[in-house]
Amino acid sequence: MSDMTHASEREETRLERQTDEGAQQLRPITREMVIAGGGMWPQDDLGDTMIINMGPQHPSTHGVLRLMMELDGEDVLRIKPVIGYLHTGMEKTGEELTYVQGTTNVTRMDYASNFANELVYSLAVERLLDVDVPERARWIRMMMCELSRMASHLLFQATNGMDIGAVSMMLYGWREREEVLRIFEFITGLRMNCNYIRPGGVAADLPDGWQQRILDACDTVCAGVAEYDELLSQNPIWLERTVGIGVITTEECLERSITGPILRSTGFPWDLRKAQPYLPYDEVDFDVIYTSNGDVYDRYRIRLYEILESAKIVRQCVEKMPDGDFRVQDKKLTPPPRARIDESMEALIHHFKLFTEGFKVPAGETYVAIESPRGEIGCYMVSDGSGKPVRMHIRGPSFYNLQSIDPMGSDSLVADAVAIVSSIDPIMGEVDR
Amino acid sequence: MGLDQVPHNFVTARLEDLVRWGRRNSVFPATFGLACCALEMMATGAAHYDLARFGMEVFRASPRQADLMIVAGRVSQKMAPVLRQVYDQMVEPKWVISMGVCASSGGMFNNYAIVQGVDQVVPVDVYVPGCPPGPETLMHGILTLHEQIRTGELLRRREASPTGGAGIDLGREPALTTS
Amino acid sequence: MADDPAREPDHESAETEGPAPIADEVAAVVVERFPGSVFAESHGQPVVYVDRSVVVEVARMLRDDEQFTMLVDTVVVDHLLDGTRLRVDGVEPERFEVVMNFLSHARNRRLRIVCQVPESDPTIASLVPVYPGANFPERESYDLFGITFEGHPDMTRILMPDDWHGFPLRKDDAAARVPVTFKGDPSPR
Repeated sequence: MSDMTHASEREETRLERQTDEGAQQLRPITREMVIAGGGMWPQDDLGDTMIINMGPQHPSTHGVLRLMMELDGEDVLRIKPVIGYLHTGMEKTGEELTYVQGTTNVTRMDYASNFANELVYSLAVERLLDVDVPERARWIRMMMCELSRMASHLLFQATNGMDIGAVSMMLYGWREREEVLRIFEFITGLRMNCNYIRPGGVAADLPDGWQQRILDACDTVCAGVAEYDELLSQNPIWLERTVGIGVITTEECLERSITGPILRSTGFPWDLRKAQPYLPYDEVDFDVIYTSNGDVYDRYRIRLYEILESAKIVRQCVEKMPDGDFRVQDKKLTPPPRARIDESMEALIHHFKLFTEGFKVPAGETYVAIESPRGEIGCYMVSDGSGKPVRMHIRGPSFYNLQSIDPMGSDSLVADAVAIVSSIDPIMGEVDR
Repeated sequence: MGLDQVPHNFVTARLEDLVRWGRRNSVFPATFGLACCALEMMATGAAHYDLARFGMEVFRASPRQADLMIVAGRVSQKMAPVLRQVYDQMVEPKWVISMGVCASSGGMFNNYAIVQGVDQVVPVDVYVPGCPPGPETLMHGILTLHEQIRTGELLRRREASPTGGAGIDLGREPALTTS
Repeated sequence: MADDPAREPDHESAETEGPAPIADEVAAVVVERFPGSVFAESHGQPVVYVDRSVVVEVARMLRDDEQFTMLVDTVVVDHLLDGTRLRVDGVEPERFEVVMNFLSHARNRRLRIVCQVPESDPTIASLVPVYPGANFPERESYDLFGITFEGHPDMTRILMPDDWHGFPLRKDDAAARVPVTFKGDPSPR
């Protein structure tokens, strides 16, 4: 312990030489201050810059993001995001939970699209175990992930609309999102934080009557999307507020590790579902939506049409769902059905062991990446042969996407800053973890 | 002059009851959505589970204009002083609903980073369990609070106990030391 | 020196170029240019263990010559309490490992670079001059593990409060499970 404090003291002295701006500070760009003759105040027209603080509690519903802005009147000279207000220590908790329990933790990171987190964690564990998941489980996973993408993009439409001023979008977006959440409750039992996709497959099979319910939900959502399109896409006020705002280029995106709809809005059609498919995306037909202007309007449009593409995929899943197991039938990984526990001693023991100790994963490390609604979400997992991971790191796309605030937000207006942050669609749960 | 001689377009009530009726039916929540519970709080305010029928659809961004702070989500160590500051900026009478298990007790995250229960920072009136609590559960919690406002139980309790009802002395700054 | 066995196809990359999968050519180039590096294959993915002193040159080479357009992630692993540690021949294991994931869009492939960082001198060069997107993850690694990235423009805490002492994700630092606190108990902080 004394060694560690000694080491941190050395770090602090080293750091003092390195940085001149604290994490919670924003030093203004020094401007010339002229003292007017006889007085003590600088002349007004030379312009003082003002540093204002937006957040962490603010009406823009993007969670606890704090933005420090340096303003010259209404012009934003510089934006600095300060994060950490939702730091939950999930990666530390992940090292404390077994692999069976891990998905409950991870699902709360990107809480707008829970299945993406669960899927990436489960894929990493399955890669380390070298198990293959049955076909039906893969198709169920794909369908749930696409439904989750629809729910997340509907949330984006709602909050984005409200931030830019179309306040009724909040109600419309949530109206459609309720349809999808009802499907989640029907299939998994929970509206959010479902813990349905687990290492080995999915938690339970699809209930009876799922096909019709899902098709009805898709129809409702697509009708809603048509309504939003009609309401906003050619609306002159909307166009004034979003076209040409928050422009970013492909080079800026790539060098800042930005992925997802932001990258696709710059003209770069990179989507992991097509490039490096991790589920049977190559067996369904869908398009990758991309535009070329890189502004707020483009990102709104991409997410709007991605809802329709996801609905397309979900309909094909309903059509083509294979029969089979919903979970890998390895007794060491999958708990037995509840009825078996009354009949067989072995089943009881397996159930007990799985839910207390979990299964052991051989030593190794791997990185798995999938396409979440925000970009590339990845799981870097290191195992050591025990029942708990050594390191469970989730590469949350919003953490990197927030680095785009700087090129997008500098030299904009304050009102545009709100639109820009909204179009990045950050979810602070995965930014701070 | 008895009541029978007063023209029949008067309604009488106790002043206290009127005040409590007014307070109960127009509680304005402050936006304090932090994490996943915030999405369920927004769903409760949205069209399907409408909070407007209780007079509460106006989520005030400024704490000065808000009566109720629904702490929706996990409160990290960095956020705790902000939470306290927003609570202090609210004007009396004010109430706090701790929504979700993370706000009530730290939830599944009993580690270094999360305040183990928001009642260590602000006094809480109603705890709503769930991870996240569905809109029906949150509404039940809100209606419980309305009932407590209607009967004045909260104000009675605050007067009766020396520490303000939830173990927190509102007259003294809580010890948020960073040792 | 490492041997590059003919590996089975990388499960992650779709076969968009080249008719037949071969041994990972990028890893071969790295190993050749930087003697002392070791190639390993981890569940179908190429990993190269390099010495931490050359990490910026490796990154620069990957970006300029090998078309690795994006640094996907920078992760730190603390191996203090490992049960069985994954041993790779030719790599001297230290307490900390800094892992960098790279992605090439044009060639649709990934590469992982791993550097060992000892506990006694937890520093490594920063990749921000080569990939500006390393800014946030390196600050996070400093904040949670105490690894200092030299050359980083803003090496400050990003997730924990500014006045926090210690590095929580280290195995000997903050407890992953604190005892349950009840109302009326003194707050831990």
